[in-house]
Amino acid sequence: MMSVPRYWREIPERTRFEGARCTACGNTLFPPRMKCPKCGSEALEKYKLPQKGKLMTYTIVRSPPKGFEKMTPYVLGMVKLDDGTIVTVQITDVQPNQVSIGMQVESVFRKISEDGESGIIEYALKFRPIF
Amino acid sequence: MRRVAVLSTGLTKVDKQWRKSIKELYGDAARLAIKDVKIPQIDALIVGNMCASDLSDQNNIGALIADYIGIAPSTAYRIEAACGSGGAAVLGAYLAVASGMYDFVMTGGVEKLTDGVGGNTTHSLGKAADAEFELFYGSSFVSLNAMLMNHYMHHYHISREDFADFAVLMHKNGSRNPYAQLPFPITRETVINSDMISDPISLYDCAPVGDGAASLILCPLEDAPKYSDSYVEITGIAGATDTINLSSREDLLTLKSTVSAAEKAYKMAKVSPRDIDVAEIHDTFTITGVLSLEDLGFCEKGKFHKTLANGGFEPGGSISINPSGGLKSRGHPVGATGAYQVAEIAMQLTNKADKWQIPDAEIGLAQNIGGSGSSTYVTILRRSR
Repeated sequence: MMSVPRYWREIPERTRFEGARCTACGNTLFPPRMKCPKCGSEALEKYKLPQKGKLMTYTIVRSPPKGFEKMTPYVLGMVKLDDGTIVTVQITDVQPNQVSIGMQVESVFRKISEDGESGIIEYALKFRPIF
Repeated sequence: MRRVAVLSTGLTKVDKQWRKSIKELYGDAARLAIKDVKIPQIDALIVGNMCASDLSDQNNIGALIADYIGIAPSTAYRIEAACGSGGAAVLGAYLAVASGMYDFVMTGGVEKLTDGVGGNTTHSLGKAADAEFELFYGSSFVSLNAMLMNHYMHHYHISREDFADFAVLMHKNGSRNPYAQLPFPITRETVINSDMISDPISLYDCAPVGDGAASLILCPLEDAPKYSDSYVEITGIAGATDTINLSSREDLLTLKSTVSAAEKAYKMAKVSPRDIDVAEIHDTFTITGVLSLEDLGFCEKGKFHKTLANGGFEPGGSISINPSGGLKSRGHPVGATGAYQVAEIAMQLTNKADKWQIPDAEIGLAQNIGGSGSSTYVTILRRSR
């Protein structure tokens, strides 16, 4: 079970795709950190990640973690966004066997999971192929 | 800093140890480690463990075990670095002895994965990854590594069969090891035809779930001859980290924590990868084993299958990789695995490995990973004369 504040704290990252950009070297970070891992600068600004990219690698999950049984099999991927930032996300709106490396994808707002009958329903971005 | 010896070791067979609780399991390993060495006291216990709070409803593992094995009031605590907990515990014990603060430190690791019910074990193991930015989206430990393997296959044009051959070698080695959980040989087809877990990782690409405990006693090198005639020296040891989530890495196919820990440990031991006779490396999945081989400097990137095919990783080859069978065949009691590896190398260097002995091994290395490469511990041991 996820507490409400724990979900709520990450809303900017999960639903608005807010990362950080280093004003010293231009590196982008997701999730945000205290310092730029490339140049060590602490001068980071809030930065909205691009919503399109290319599928870099993926897997078809057949043995899911708790809470994801209903959607199995599903596709989990790493997407290289148009600015080069890489994110781990679910790939949706496509049959698993139709997914391929290099595919163009875009973000879409979706339900991720629900904590049983009385817990919260968690939403975030997934990515779908651009056809 | 004082020079440090591994004075003695004790292992349990990795298995589904239904009848043993976490403290009893560690107790079995500790009894074996202490059996042949008449040391005056144990000043501290530093034990690796990952999942006890999730699967056995137990924290405070240090006190639990100190009480059970009868070393209270000596200090005792657990170190947690996911699957790297065992290696981290050995580093902690090394520092305690090297610093001069303690003379006799018991270390090692213990894990009771079979205390998990339903999906609890998978869930608990998954916590090695980033909870908010990986697990939240439905990742698990296996699916994250599956994305790495898929990327590797695509990038280097390597087939599943090539990866399968690594698992085959692990089972061949493990079939000689009495402590191994899966001590039987397999074929390429066993791997390729096993159930798909998370494409392209199938069941036989994965280390099994099991329980186990490993115990080691460390003491100052100069005092070691008083208590044993078969000890080894820790000549190099280091830990390193990388980003907790895979997607933040500049190069997905390099375990930077392994490169960095190995570099430091090699430098400290004044050796190079070519000097290592025997290594126990961290092959949670075949892909993890392959990346480890490359990043420890045992083969060129993208070319492991060539060395594998010509026997270079087998006894008699350029380096013996995982004579124990590795995580794949010996088993992977997560928080104890790093301690098993160091103990196994110590056994190889003191000719105690019986049927899985590598002849004339002088220098050995153990590499233990936490998470998908977010932590690595490398320990280099040398035969003492």
